[in-house]
Amino acid sequence: MVRTYALLAWTWTRAAAAYPASFALMVVLGCVTAALDIAVIMVVFANTTTLAGFSRDEVLFLYGTAGLAFTICDLLVSNLDRISQHIRAGTFDTFLIRPVGAWIQIATDRFVPTRLGRVALAATVLGYSLGALDLDWRRLWMVPVMVATGVVIFSALWTLAGALQFLLTDAPEVSSAFTYGTQQLTQYPFSVYSRDLVRGVTYVLPLAFVNWQPGLYVLGRDDPFGTPGFMRFLGPAAALVLALTAGLAWRRGIRRYRSTGS
Amino acid sequence: MIELDRAGRTFKVKRTTVHAVRDLSFSVAPGEFVGYLGPNGAGKSTTIKMLCGILTPSSGRVRVAGLDPSRRRTTLARRIGVVFGQRTTLWWDLPLKDSFELIRLLYKVDHRTFAARLAELTETLDLGAFMRTPVRQLSLGQRMRGDLAAALLHAPDVLVLDEPTIGLDVVSKASIRAFLARLNAERGTTVLLTTHDLGDIERLCRRVMLIDHGRLAFDGTLEELMASAPGHATIEDVVTHLYTSASADGQ
Repeated sequence: MVRTYALLAWTWTRAAAAYPASFALMVVLGCVTAALDIAVIMVVFANTTTLAGFSRDEVLFLYGTAGLAFTICDLLVSNLDRISQHIRAGTFDTFLIRPVGAWIQIATDRFVPTRLGRVALAATVLGYSLGALDLDWRRLWMVPVMVATGVVIFSALWTLAGALQFLLTDAPEVSSAFTYGTQQLTQYPFSVYSRDLVRGVTYVLPLAFVNWQPGLYVLGRDDPFGTPGFMRFLGPAAALVLALTAGLAWRRGIRRYRSTGS
Repeated sequence: MIELDRAGRTFKVKRTTVHAVRDLSFSVAPGEFVGYLGPNGAGKSTTIKMLCGILTPSSGRVRVAGLDPSRRRTTLARRIGVVFGQRTTLWWDLPLKDSFELIRLLYKVDHRTFAARLAELTETLDLGAFMRTPVRQLSLGQRMRGDLAAALLHAPDVLVLDEPTIGLDVVSKASIRAFLARLNAERGTTVLLTTHDLGDIERLCRRVMLIDHGRLAFDGTLEELMASAPGHATIEDVVTHLYTSASADGQ
């Protein structure tokens, strides 16, 4: 699967390079967007030193872990967004006649490596916060675990949103709410949100397990909402449940595919 | 090789149910060359899409090379070749050569077999002149030959063609027909062909199936087809007669 992914991604990279001007423009735009993201964080912290009880470096830690997971997904699977166009145009047919899964083909569809810049930015923010915070080194093992959990959770959300497109062919925006919307939510400490919203993103969509719950463990803090300590370690299980749900939804979606006339 | 048993497919369009294909049963033996005819909207493409696993049947049973296409789609893909005349399956921005190389890797064809097959297809389909041209810059005739080669690089047992000669000039049509006839005769590849060009049928198909309103309206040899409408001399007349009378029955 990794080999097939790399193969398709490389093919699309070469195809993108066939239009050199557009390719160069995308690299430049990628850098500009990343720089603007940094600027926003700088502006926020030029005016405040704490946010809902969390210090600047703690917030950057939460931002960095969720950001790293999200940007990795943005690089690797965000092309699942394109499925609604392919369904409406009927070009999704082509993905179904190849001897590799449709999911991997659509995830790599028009893959561009230029999004790597955003991954590097998120990794830099995380690296900075880890250096600035005086953390208990015995808890640092959780950092790679939470990033991996986040990658699985965001990928599963993207897959669910894609599967939904087989039903709602006219509403690609609904999917963006699922994917880009959830990323916005995980950028800040959950203590800035209302209790009901946090319940929703803990027990319904398990977003709290991307960075909030395991992050509290790494930072050695109690949950301001008072959830028990074992919740900090439920991330991988929640990610697995969500991934299985997304896989089933995807399969059902494909079986409902209607193609187009002729 | 191909088996349909009371296969049906419905679509919901604005709360009404449309039967694109209903209770369709037929079988195609290995090595046959079958023409699949029908007026626009009769259910030809729906049938084809059920055969390659793109559409899941709403009822009945479909088997291709012994496999259920909708459940074993990726396994079946190695044994079936599909060409859509209206839509390319090649990668738009890649040169033809790179598309073929990608197909080699996706279908896991080994280097030597691939090189031999590609050389043969390049010669018989005359692809040499535009091998390095991106697919988007090919003419329709060149693209169709490229699509045919792409569908055959993994040496499938069954080839399914949905209007492969649509929009082609007489010379391109003739070369594609000659190629298909040879493929069937020499390699024994089973071919199912839908077309609106009755010249394709006359020139290539020993057996003809005619579908209308999602049901099989005729199944027999080309001679039987001609004999089925006495008083009609050309294949155009016969097929026109069958389309109009089948429609009258269907209403």
